Amino acid sequence: MKSLYHFYGSLQGKGLGGMKAGLPPHRDGFSPEQIDLGRLLFFDPVLSGDNNLSCANCHNPSLGFSDGMGRSVGSGGRINKRSAPTLWNTAFLDTFFWDSRSPSLEDQALESLFAGDEMASTPVKLIDDLAGVDNYKALFKEAFPDHVRSESSAITVANVVSALAAFQTSLISLNSAYDRYALGDPSALTKNQVIGLNVFRSFVARCSQCHTPPLFTNQQLAVIGTPEPEGLPRDVGAAKTFSSNKLRGAFKIPTLRNIANTSPYMHSGRFSSLREAAEFYTKGRGHAVPENEKLNLHWHISEPNLSHDELDRLVDFMEALNDEAFMPVIPERVPSGLLTGLQPDILATSSGD
Amino acid sequence: MLNKRTLVLAVFVFVCGWILGSNKQPVRIITSSAGGASYDGGYRTTAGDKVAAVTKRLSTGIIHIINPGDSIQSVVEMSQPGDTIQVLPGIYSETVYIDKDDIHLMGVIDQGRRATLDGRGILNDAILYSGNNIIIENFHIKDYKGNGIMGQAGNNFEIRNNLIVDTGIYGIFPQLGINGLVEHNVVSGIADAAIYIGMSDNVHVAFNEVFDSVAGIEIENSRHAIVENNNAHNNTGGILAFVTPGLPIKSTEDVIIRNNFVSNNNTPNFGAPGSMVAGIPSGTGVLIMAADDVIIEGNIISNNQTSGIIISDHSYASNVTIDPHSEPNSDRTMILDNVMLNNGYDTIPEVMALALAELHTGPVDIVHAGPSEGSCINNRHRYQAVGIGNYENCDFTNTDNIRSYLLADGAEPRVISADDRGEIAYLGVCSGCHSFTGRLIGPPVPVIQAMYANNPEGLAKYINAPVKKRSNYPPMSAMSYLDAETQLAVAKYMLALRE
Repeated sequence: MKSLYHFYGSLQGKGLGGMKAGLPPHRDGFSPEQIDLGRLLFFDPVLSGDNNLSCANCHNPSLGFSDGMGRSVGSGGRINKRSAPTLWNTAFLDTFFWDSRSPSLEDQALESLFAGDEMASTPVKLIDDLAGVDNYKALFKEAFPDHVRSESSAITVANVVSALAAFQTSLISLNSAYDRYALGDPSALTKNQVIGLNVFRSFVARCSQCHTPPLFTNQQLAVIGTPEPEGLPRDVGAAKTFSSNKLRGAFKIPTLRNIANTSPYMHSGRFSSLREAAEFYTKGRGHAVPENEKLNLHWHISEPNLSHDELDRLVDFMEALNDEAFMPVIPERVPSGLLTGLQPDILATSSGD
Repeated sequence: MLNKRTLVLAVFVFVCGWILGSNKQPVRIITSSAGGASYDGGYRTTAGDKVAAVTKRLSTGIIHIINPGDSIQSVVEMSQPGDTIQVLPGIYSETVYIDKDDIHLMGVIDQGRRATLDGRGILNDAILYSGNNIIIENFHIKDYKGNGIMGQAGNNFEIRNNLIVDTGIYGIFPQLGINGLVEHNVVSGIADAAIYIGMSDNVHVAFNEVFDSVAGIEIENSRHAIVENNNAHNNTGGILAFVTPGLPIKSTEDVIIRNNFVSNNNTPNFGAPGSMVAGIPSGTGVLIMAADDVIIEGNIISNNQTSGIIISDHSYASNVTIDPHSEPNSDRTMILDNVMLNNGYDTIPEVMALALAELHTGPVDIVHAGPSEGSCINNRHRYQAVGIGNYENCDFTNTDNIRSYLLADGAEPRVISADDRGEIAYLGVCSGCHSFTGRLIGPPVPVIQAMYANNPEGLAKYINAPVKKRSNYPPMSAMSYLDAETQLAVAKYMLALRE
């Protein structure tokens, strides 16, 4: 992976900054065969317990690798606690899931494959199902040539999650209008987007303090006190991960890249538009926290009193963070022969001729 | 039962007697600060006597002169790196943002009259910069809601001789920058910190006057900073070095706080609820929290009612979050000679409780709360101190051989060879529209190679200012934002590319 951000360094190599600051370390070094195998697995419902769900059902490329739902629906129609996060730029992330409970893409995949309310498979079933597909035997062998003893021996749970991780590291989004502005082209943003950028990074709105460029996340946890969907109890978030009540209601700060495509917003999708999500921050510190609820709200949750115009400009700016140039090709058929339930991307499939 | 209670009482009397005894007959080790060893730790720099962060220009660009009524921003937009922008006295009401390198933005002071940036209480920030090698000086900035001057990841900056009044959360706030100088500014009326060095390395803060703010000078999640010769008075807290947990930069290390006046910092706390500084007790001179390797030397610290110096760990800050990656203790605090007068005369219950545990009564110059390793103090008998029982005597008396932690040649730009530049730009920019084998948005690479064989200069020229050539393709956008070296490198790379 190469981008013009490689021209620059950053403080302590953390990949945080203003415009011309370098990227944080990222996962790399997978072979094209591993990435392509990962792509096929990603879209293949054979990975789920009932062979009905693929990763792409909740991480749909045409919905910013999310699913358009506040809370995702897993195996057997079971409704999850939280929304499906985007997969763009996960190569750069240190922790996974909204509550930061997982340290790697592979670890995350293991949990999602086998959780009852997600894909609900089991290690034995997963390997059996894959080993029953001739194409996969060859593809795994090509992707993981160290396993030479037999074709099927390359089909392991470790290799499945490794290939899925490989595919996800190819989902890089660093060439938006904002990036072209940041890297030196002042005409790349509209006038309104520049006004929005200045609201975004000002210390009144403080958006960039947590959604820090170039990734538009600083990868930390924050308690911001958004309301849960009607009738649902408070999601304790990272309080469970770190066994600390100080983190009650804390969630990982999500990237804002391609954010315009991943409505609805927040961990359980309480806000349906970017405008509403932005407006949450200007309604007052703790305005949506019930009286009997004690949350240790983040210090940047303040009272910025943004005007209607400023909120509109913030939305303009966030729309300038879209870049899906590296959108993968959705396979017309997956090796298992099962239906993906997703429309093949017509533009992408025609580009190879 | 009776025996047990007697035993406890006996132990208690023994401990008290031991502490009283040690208080009554302290072994006074008197260290002269007039001589002795200098600190041999800290950041190693070759900066020598020069205290400058922006390398002197070898040639000057255009000097733009701005008159009242003109827009500063419109001139910033048309200026090029190397230019100087001079702003004549008068009122300017705007937000100025500098997203390019090497701009010197200076107010012209004419017989005391300054160029005034007036936010009228409605504008967010006065000056934002993200470029490297930025100088901002001689302005009067007032009545903004966010910050007076804010830097985001700009390296090699100098912010000098500005008068900043009531600009919201911070007066001067460089963030995520490397190598910066903040000097000779007068900042007051700020709801958080007058001068806030946040997540930055190699910073020098000198000769500033900060007052009537919640915090005077803050060094937060930063390394290799010197705070010297400042006057911090009438704030809630004077000079602070601490770690805010939950930020992506996890530590504060290697800070020298020396030769400052820190007085009368008894202003009631008016910080925003939830902010880190909202927890600072009014009457704090110097506060060290979870910062390591901090030297406090040669300051005159007077009339701060809670304590002259407070050193603590995160457990005393009830309003902060937890962060398993941030070490919460203040280790290796080094207190050399300081003049301490009339501090801690009306302190807070937490300090009184700590004092009581040591049977200390009366004012408190220095209080250390929480665990600490490797801390030291010279001439401890001079101070009314609490909680420094495990402090050793320092094995040095001064920091004379450290002039500054600034970098002699500025923060190093990342050195990228021409070949790598070409490859990075090709993969990062061109490959979005051009591929070797097929048609994407632009024509395939072999077609371009055929047109510009042995002519990378011609291709570089086209990249810089493309013209529409093919009716069946969309026009290419100009890559003029790439510098000339990169344009040529990517042209060579593209022409040499093989499948």
